[in-house]
Amino acid sequence: MQRRQVLKSAAGALAWTAVGRTAFAATGNATLPGNRRLVVVFLRGAVDGLSVVAPYTEGAYYQQRSTIALARPGQDGGLLDLDGHFGLNPNLAPLMPLWQSGKLAFVHASGSPDPTRSHFDAQDYMESGTPGRKGTPDGWLNRLLGAEPAAVAPAGGRASVTRGISVGATLPRIWAGPNPVANIANGKGATKPTPLDRPQVGQAFDALYAGDDALSKAYRESRQSRAEVNEAMSADVREQMAADNGAPLPNGFPDDAGRLAQLMRRDPNVQIAFLALGGWDTHVNQGGAKGQLANRLQPLGQGLAELATRLGPAFDDTTVLVLSEFGRTARQNGTGGTDHGHGNVMWALGGNIAGGKVYGRWPGVDASALHEGRDLAITTDFRQVLAGVCMNNLRLPDDRLATVFPGFDGAALNIARA
Amino acid sequence: MTLPTALPMTRRGALAAALAAVAWRPAFAMADAGAGQAEALHVLDRFAFGPAPGELERVTRIGAGAWVDEQLHPERLALPAWLADQLATLRTPGQTQRELVQRYREAQREAREAKKAETAAPDGTKAPDPAAAERRRQAALVAYESGEQRLLQALHSPRQLQEVLVDFWFNHFNVFQGKGEDRVLVESYEREAIRPHVLGRFRAMLGATTKHPAMLFYLDNWLSVAPGFQPRRKAGLFGGGGAAKAGGLNENYARELMELHTLGVDGGYTQQDVTELARILTGWTMRPQQPARRRFVDAPEAPALARGDSIFVFDSARHDDGAKTWLGRRIAPDGQLEGELALDVLAKHPSTARHIAFKLARRFVADDPPPALVERLARCFLDTDGDLRAVVQALARSPEFADPAPTKFKTPYQYVLSAVRATGIVTTNVRPLMGQLAQLGQPLYGCQTPDGWHDTQADWLNPNAITQRVNFATALAAGKLPLQRVDDPDALAGNNGLKAMERQTDRAMNGSQPVEGSTPPVDAATLLATLGPAISDKTRRAVENTPPELRAALVLGSPDFMRR
Repeated sequence: MQRRQVLKSAAGALAWTAVGRTAFAATGNATLPGNRRLVVVFLRGAVDGLSVVAPYTEGAYYQQRSTIALARPGQDGGLLDLDGHFGLNPNLAPLMPLWQSGKLAFVHASGSPDPTRSHFDAQDYMESGTPGRKGTPDGWLNRLLGAEPAAVAPAGGRASVTRGISVGATLPRIWAGPNPVANIANGKGATKPTPLDRPQVGQAFDALYAGDDALSKAYRESRQSRAEVNEAMSADVREQMAADNGAPLPNGFPDDAGRLAQLMRRDPNVQIAFLALGGWDTHVNQGGAKGQLANRLQPLGQGLAELATRLGPAFDDTTVLVLSEFGRTARQNGTGGTDHGHGNVMWALGGNIAGGKVYGRWPGVDASALHEGRDLAITTDFRQVLAGVCMNNLRLPDDRLATVFPGFDGAALNIARA
Repeated sequence: MTLPTALPMTRRGALAAALAAVAWRPAFAMADAGAGQAEALHVLDRFAFGPAPGELERVTRIGAGAWVDEQLHPERLALPAWLADQLATLRTPGQTQRELVQRYREAQREAREAKKAETAAPDGTKAPDPAAAERRRQAALVAYESGEQRLLQALHSPRQLQEVLVDFWFNHFNVFQGKGEDRVLVESYEREAIRPHVLGRFRAMLGATTKHPAMLFYLDNWLSVAPGFQPRRKAGLFGGGGAAKAGGLNENYARELMELHTLGVDGGYTQQDVTELARILTGWTMRPQQPARRRFVDAPEAPALARGDSIFVFDSARHDDGAKTWLGRRIAPDGQLEGELALDVLAKHPSTARHIAFKLARRFVADDPPPALVERLARCFLDTDGDLRAVVQALARSPEFADPAPTKFKTPYQYVLSAVRATGIVTTNVRPLMGQLAQLGQPLYGCQTPDGWHDTQADWLNPNAITQRVNFATALAAGKLPLQRVDDPDALAGNNGLKAMERQTDRAMNGSQPVEGSTPPVDAATLLATLGPAISDKTRRAVENTPPELRAALVLGSPDFMRR
């Protein structure tokens, strides 16, 4: 039986059992056992975490943000209460059912210990997983791909290239490294027919890209992953999924997230997926319950909810992390927006998240508590959260952790359901 | 290669030259001639968007060095008449900053009001105002024409180095067409702040970008005011939103000015320096509503300002008049001159020289440029007071540049342009190319973040990129792209213009019926002659073993052609 084979090979190769965990809980659903997955959603441009999860009981929050603070729960356009102290942005209402069922958690006042306020350096560090070190050649998702055993060994032992999937036309820094990653286009482009699908064209180019060079390898990875995606997303499957889970999706993030979820549900090879979403750099007129930031948060919340729904039973084994390079100033600036700051909030969704809780030591937004007198302080290193998810949610063997986050010796934060 | 009959004469001339080159080939059997051809290809790959038919032969004949010297003086190279005519039909370049911004704002205001009226009317039957719709269409047309002028020149201008540098420097001082008023301003920005300076002084380009409304708007400096400043008018500063009555600092531009445009992220500045520079630049704003008051006119930027186009103003009421300490020096209160001094300091700074030298060397030589080259170019930048012609010349003559190995992986922009140029197709409809650039992850004027597109193989080589390029090459070679379609210029300029383009391209690429405006299939033998040593013997053998109708596709979609 396939499950046993996987267990055996994994245990042999990686001393899996030495960790002393029950690696493969029987889930009794359509997905393959023990197939723990991770989806990382990166919000490029630094989302204003204090507008995502806001400390509504603190007067300082309202003093610092005279026109952009979100009203207390119960008021018009008010926050959605989380725990009597924090409230969720009302534009993220589609996520409240997940919070209520304990499948959504936040880690507040978290982020990178490096003090940079450059978007590009900060993203680079968060993607390499090595804050302050620019020379790191690879990204942590690629290293994780190398450290994670393939959950399913396909017949013949051939590694699937769709173990790592990136949505978008380019491969970001977080995927840099030796392990192959497939990328699929945003939008409907992922599955529409192309000239290469015609056998004569495909054969001609296959012969041209038969070499051992980087371009040939990339070409073959793309051809193979396309075949796998096409199989998983064939028309009848798409129809059936739509019938199962509702109406066609709107364009943009909800559409991409929904498609990714269907692919992950159908193709058990996919273990790690990545999407990025821009437009969070709200220096001017960011607004409150309505406005620019609200207009960005709505499709994000909707898309994450879609992702959870369309993953179906696979959501039980999936962790979805939402990250952004840094937070924004606690005080609003002179133009109704916020400038580059420091601490932020990380989001975690999934069936195996111990949710319904805001994790992290909260430093407060009182002037005296702010980092350099202007930003939310950081009390949790983002790698503490990532390490905890790798170990406890993905069940990465302890001895592999150092290869994913080299040089990190902080304590992992456990946000997994026991 | 079969060309449509209605082609301009110049292209026929080029074709004749290309055919002559094919006939001549045995002459290149000599080792020296081969080396000359390799050098010619190298400069065409790096300082042009690849060879068009006949160019390899011509550059081989006059020598790569002489060709580069020619290119360093674009003003001496005439545009072909048909291209000049085509560019003259565009309406945007005749418009001033003020006209562009005012018309855009007017259209936005009307759109808002129309929406409001629609919501107010219980049955939503408010009759649409045709005049307002027309103005919105005009704004969309301006946005499309930006890309049209850029791509037509990049494809067909003989001033290739200038076009390559326009791409480089626009990207260095990137603004995003998707942000509000920049929808109509990118063409003006490129025309006034970038293009005149790409072989001029760095300081002049820096000052021109700082003061152009596209940059003032993109990085918010137009709103950044002295803390506590009260706007005189009730609404206006925030488009009537009234979101923030008390004004204050916005440090967005000050940070990117040092991090991206000049010193570089490790160039030696602190958060305090960012805040102080933001204070120095308070009051640097724009005023589209009334004739601009210009207290200072920089000589190097005189062309744009002399026409009275600039809507930049220094508003002393918004300026923070306190003393500042910036980059270790005390800046005494001095109005606009504080900012001019800051730009002087930044333009002459050794960190800026190194940052620019590194980026140029990475673009033109290697992803990891040799440190000695970067050092030499930085020295040249400082010694010549930021003379960009001198710096590019030093680069072209450096031993590091001389290595003709095609080590650079083309960006989507370079790939798409070089492919179309190689076919010799005279493009009059650039929509399919804009759609293709978007699908390849590099939409024209569509980089949202101020760092611009990145420039290395690691950024662009990925599985999807290769097969997407192959698909594009196949459609282009088969003549399936409607590159010569003649449209009513307004027809596709609506808000969904780019989406419409993508759909049109998709249909053209995958359909079996030829679409209107498509071109004859590309002839593989002519293509191979045009590209010369760019295509390896190995690929040539694979091409020979392929059915004739796929040969040109194989050349353009080959790994060889993905590099430069």
